[in-house]
Amino acid sequence: MSERLPLWAWSAAGLILFFGLWQGAVSSGAVSSFVLPSPLEVLERMWKLMNQPFAGALLHEHLLSSFGRFMGGFLLAAVIGVPLGLMMGRFRLLEDIVTPLFEGYRYVAPLAWVPFAALWFGTGIGGPIMVIFTGAFAPCVINAYRGARLVDSYLIEAAQTHGASEFRVAREVLLPGALPSIVAGLRIAAGLGWQSLIGAELIVVSSGIGFVMVQGQSNLSPSTVMTAMAVIGLTGLLIDIGLRQIESRVRAKWEGR
Amino acid sequence: MAEATTGRRPGVRFMSRSRLTGLLTVATVIALWFLLTSVTGLVGEFRFPSPPDFLAAFARLASTGYAGGTLLEQALQSLRLVAIGFAAAIAVGVPLGFVMGYDRRAEAFFNPIFLVLRPIPPLAWIPLAIVWLGLGDASKVLVIFVAAFVPSVINTYTGVRNVQRTLIEAALVHGAGQGRLIREVYLPDAAPMIFTGLRLSLQASWTTLVAAELVGAFLGMGRVLSTAYRDINTAMILVSMVCIAVLGAITMMILARVERSVIRWRKT
Repeated sequence: MSERLPLWAWSAAGLILFFGLWQGAVSSGAVSSFVLPSPLEVLERMWKLMNQPFAGALLHEHLLSSFGRFMGGFLLAAVIGVPLGLMMGRFRLLEDIVTPLFEGYRYVAPLAWVPFAALWFGTGIGGPIMVIFTGAFAPCVINAYRGARLVDSYLIEAAQTHGASEFRVAREVLLPGALPSIVAGLRIAAGLGWQSLIGAELIVVSSGIGFVMVQGQSNLSPSTVMTAMAVIGLTGLLIDIGLRQIESRVRAKWEGR
Repeated sequence: MAEATTGRRPGVRFMSRSRLTGLLTVATVIALWFLLTSVTGLVGEFRFPSPPDFLAAFARLASTGYAGGTLLEQALQSLRLVAIGFAAAIAVGVPLGFVMGYDRRAEAFFNPIFLVLRPIPPLAWIPLAIVWLGLGDASKVLVIFVAAFVPSVINTYTGVRNVQRTLIEAALVHGAGQGRLIREVYLPDAAPMIFTGLRLSLQASWTTLVAAELVGAFLGMGRVLSTAYRDINTAMILVSMVCIAVLGAITMMILARVERSVIRWRKT
């Protein structure tokens, strides 16, 4: 390939054009900053929200309460979903029982659970955790199930002939064999869970980063809304990078054994 | 889990064992539902509706309507918004993804912009869309567009990127022009991946629409859901959840049918 410009120059051009057009449109007055705040205004707003309480708390405090909810729902989905998926891969009967219910549940958008979640567990902590759970649950189950199906049945039989209990089979054969698939599922689950949390906070909650957006929206402050969007995107990215690290570590270990 | 059934086909028997177990499960769940609500009253109507309440709510939504419209009107409103947003997203997203996969300069140009925008969940665009466009149809179409756009770009891009080099070189050796190369090598080879992207896009469209309508809407299935929530009408909450799921399933089936006909067509 003998392009006149190196590829990184195209990348830089893309980013410069994107942010340049954005900043330029506002600075030149073509677009009112009441409609679209410039990137610099968003950064300024972010700094202000970190030092001045908005909607009852500082920006990072809101983020922390969102993150706590997220971890609650995500861990719950993993702790219930992964064993269920593994057992479904191991026992045909369980698979046959769960599959029709699971298929029905999968078609219900996670956010459609918000009303029941709020009625059953309140709008404080329990309700949002249930919404995150419904978002994150499916990939946990599906990937654990697929992983368990990939485990060679000879391995299971070998363990059993050596007198391993069902629990030991699960812990020492099924789980390690399915691990790469499980971790990949957890990554998908985290993405969906984080997104569901934002949705839940938009609708019912009175704190958290999603609530900051709602307040920004009703105050007609796009810069607040966009600040929250940036923070949400960044946090989601960091969660994904963290899980990707774990994934590649697990994969390396798994393939190296 | 469709894949699960392959490898142990029931053959010509009327009903396989797993089918039967599945039916039994569903029957048991319905019986339990009856038992806990109508018969014993262990679960009150403000927690979960009983089956008769559920049917009554469905009949009411279908005939006289609820939250400003009958089932047909509400469902058509939601379907229309999904259709517009989804169609607009793939009309822009698939060509963009194609160009990114086809040309390395386009890839280098657009990819960083994507890396910046992609981590923002589609639902996080809802408040901005409302500030910009209000609570009407336009803001919903915008968020559906954003939600459906990303998967269609990414998957088309990946599909085109992974077209086998040997195929491309073989076509070039035989003197295929750029037009024929795209039509007869790139598009057919990338089609399965493109359709995977479309499925994800469609799913994202529904999730986002429900969220956007819950946040605020004048009509639509999400509006039914949020009105039922405000009235603490659990029967209507369940009815709207089921209707949303069924609508989503129907559109998925249509897409699967389109996929089958397209892929069959390219093989002949």
